[in-house]
Amino acid sequence: MGSIKDQVAIVGMGCSKFGERWDKGPEDLAIEAAYEAYEDAGISKENIEACWFSQVMGPVIGVSGTVAADSLKLGNIPVIRNENWCASGHIALLEACMAVASGAYDVVMALGVEKLKDTGFPGLGTGRGMHPVYEARRTSPGSFGLIAQRYFDAYGLTIDEGREALAKIEVKNHDNGSLCPKAHFHNKITVEKVLNAPVIAWPLGLFDCCGNSDGAACAIITSVEKAKDFRKDPIFLKGFGISTDAMMPHFRPGFSWTSFDALVTSSHKAYEMAGIKDPRNELDLAEVHDCFSITELLIYEDFGFSPRGKAKEDIDAGFFTRDGGLPVNIDGGLKCFGHPIGASGLRMTYEVYKQLQGKADLPERQIKNPRLGLAHTFGGPPQISAVAIFGNEKG
Amino acid sequence: MTKVGISLFGGYIPYIRLDRGVISKIWGRPSIGGERSVANNDEDAITMAVEASRNCMGPQGIDAVDGLFFATTSAPYKEKMNASLIATAADLKREITTTDFAHSLRSGTGALKAAFDSVKSGSLANVLVVASDCRLGYPRSDQEQTFGDGAGAVMVSGENLSATFEGGYSISNEMMDVWRNPEDTFVRTWESRFILGEGYLNHMKEVVSGLLRKCGLDPKAISKAILPAPDIRSHKNLAKQLGFDINTQVQDPLLSNVGHCGSAHPLLMLVNALEEASPGDLLLLATYADGADAMLFKVTDRIEKMKNQRRMKDYLREKTLLSSYARFLSYKGLVETAPGEPFRLMPSATVSWRDRKCILRCHGSRCNECGKTTFPVQRVCYHCNAKDSFDEVPISHLKGEVFTFTLDNLAGRSDDPVVVQTIADLGEDKIRFYGMMTDCDPSEVKIGLPIRLTFRRIYDGAGMHNYFWKCRPVRNGRSE
Repeated sequence: MGSIKDQVAIVGMGCSKFGERWDKGPEDLAIEAAYEAYEDAGISKENIEACWFSQVMGPVIGVSGTVAADSLKLGNIPVIRNENWCASGHIALLEACMAVASGAYDVVMALGVEKLKDTGFPGLGTGRGMHPVYEARRTSPGSFGLIAQRYFDAYGLTIDEGREALAKIEVKNHDNGSLCPKAHFHNKITVEKVLNAPVIAWPLGLFDCCGNSDGAACAIITSVEKAKDFRKDPIFLKGFGISTDAMMPHFRPGFSWTSFDALVTSSHKAYEMAGIKDPRNELDLAEVHDCFSITELLIYEDFGFSPRGKAKEDIDAGFFTRDGGLPVNIDGGLKCFGHPIGASGLRMTYEVYKQLQGKADLPERQIKNPRLGLAHTFGGPPQISAVAIFGNEKG
Repeated sequence: MTKVGISLFGGYIPYIRLDRGVISKIWGRPSIGGERSVANNDEDAITMAVEASRNCMGPQGIDAVDGLFFATTSAPYKEKMNASLIATAADLKREITTTDFAHSLRSGTGALKAAFDSVKSGSLANVLVVASDCRLGYPRSDQEQTFGDGAGAVMVSGENLSATFEGGYSISNEMMDVWRNPEDTFVRTWESRFILGEGYLNHMKEVVSGLLRKCGLDPKAISKAILPAPDIRSHKNLAKQLGFDINTQVQDPLLSNVGHCGSAHPLLMLVNALEEASPGDLLLLATYADGADAMLFKVTDRIEKMKNQRRMKDYLREKTLLSSYARFLSYKGLVETAPGEPFRLMPSATVSWRDRKCILRCHGSRCNECGKTTFPVQRVCYHCNAKDSFDEVPISHLKGEVFTFTLDNLAGRSDDPVVVQTIADLGEDKIRFYGMMTDCDPSEVKIGLPIRLTFRRIYDGAGMHNYFWKCRPVRNGRSE
């Protein structure tokens, strides 16, 4: 496999306020994110040569890139819609990067927009698009509850021990989110509150599940050669990995439910391209797919942040907190931003981008001198994973 | 003359029961005592018929079966062959005669008679006769307490007989005593003294006496009289007036602990009688509805070999009590349930048809190259990547255990808010199955719990019933 390490750079980003944006449509959210990105990059829409647009849930089937084209008046440039479940935002971004690396375009945009609060449902819904029988009554919390139950059993954790470890992840994420102005939720929580919350899909309770919100985020991408024309501190793509596992894991014979091949494969590909041998120590921050507490725990192990079966020890030691060895989801993650599906990958990238520039919105949550950051989304039943690694220095 | 009779038999009673005291308390009426069976909210006449058929044949279907006759008064589809769906889920071959018998509580014995005639004439060799019903009595009525839900199945054959068919006698009589109009949810009745006296008692006496006379038999010659009855008092009256000894000669009418299961009741009682019978026994079955049918059976030595199929006692013993009358109404569709998280993907007739071998027959694929089995069928092997090199294999008969599960509070109905999402490993090959768990208390589910598959209605949409397989816990008593 080839590499596009240090070939493309992000020179501008924007991110809308996330939350219950009842009075704003998807077009408003697109404008909010895109115009912040234009300003950040010092460009106008006339500079954009192509747009990779990520949106999962449309008002009807087959809406193409109309939200971006109609709201941003991009002219007659290509608007290429991407739908890859929860990984859509990252895959749209990576497609945009590959298009620039190919030489086909000089300046492109990746835009993710999702308006979940127009659907009428408080969750992500039941039975989403695969099969009217095999998927019957499959919910997102249900699918991830299956993982938690098996993980606890496989590593000899009692239900109480397991749930407490998961609760600590969410206490950390809420602590981070409380400092993040663009997050949906700003409340701090306690382990006790998490454990006593209503059950959603046992052993997962309310606070084990991410929020449901509206949001948009946008990136302007150009080649490394041209990046310095836009700004002094572009952020470089160091490596990426995308993996789509075959067949709904539910029916896959022998599938362990404690590790996902798509997570392992996508992260290893990204490390390989970025030249990372020891992610636990080399990465300075990571934004990972915490749709549920157990997902974040599994990612610690599948990404090599923690040894197999030892994530609990790192959680107990505070290794992933803002001041820990590897801060994870320092903006509060999906837990506090909610998960407007198509926007999340770009929102996570926005946090990594700002942190690597030393420009976090509040100084108290700026990490000291970060060099390498990872952003990741994981979607489907689940089976699709996308990882992108960014750095603020070439080489 | 060619002998015909019953080779195999099996019944089915739902796991859920309702204490009749719960009904009586709600309405401030006396309870008739005991409990009634209640089909789960994912069961209907078709799914219960599939369970009874699997109990009759063994769960894998039998190639020699060339007919399936289905009898009911509560068919999920008013127009559409219900028997075809049952035959498919029971994994019977395609070259088979299927027919629905309907509209009467004598449809079960009517189907049985038609099967005996078909086999005797040489038209068919082995006919599975299955009757299944879940009727509704008006709220507060006697019938609400006395009705039950259940299914019974017998295989009518010319050889390997457990009981031979010795003769029958029928009367037809037109009277408005018990009926339902096309738009009716509940069973209508005329005055009970007319129904029970002029209708039930007189015609049952006439048909039983007629059969005994025709066969030259005295009532004392009968080992067990199988007399489905609308209530316990009528049952006792009838047995007494016919001269049967109530203590020794009369088959349990299954009224105190199950209830009258409509067109299925004669077959269910017959199955129960066969499970308790000894070689040489004479069984007399009679049933009433706008006239009456009576049939005489002689039990053969082969009955001794059928002991491992005797499941009725387990079904009668294993049960869970429904906690409230409200849930009973909801399970019966009489109060609307909030649907929980809406299911946005409607059933598709083309998908269900195209995938029927997996969805209905529960077939997986065994790779010809590496031997691994997967469900549903995979054209490209997950393990060795061989393309289109597999055999279809049935998996619905396999025992399994829970690999992992979750108790999902988001996806359930308001009357059953917890959906037990289950990942199970089936059989020695550990075939992975994903589905819902039914007939369980969610708190009893744990990793390693032994399960079997059962055919259920998973949800309705687009005007269609959507059927698939679910897991259920293996209960210790059932010989399984």
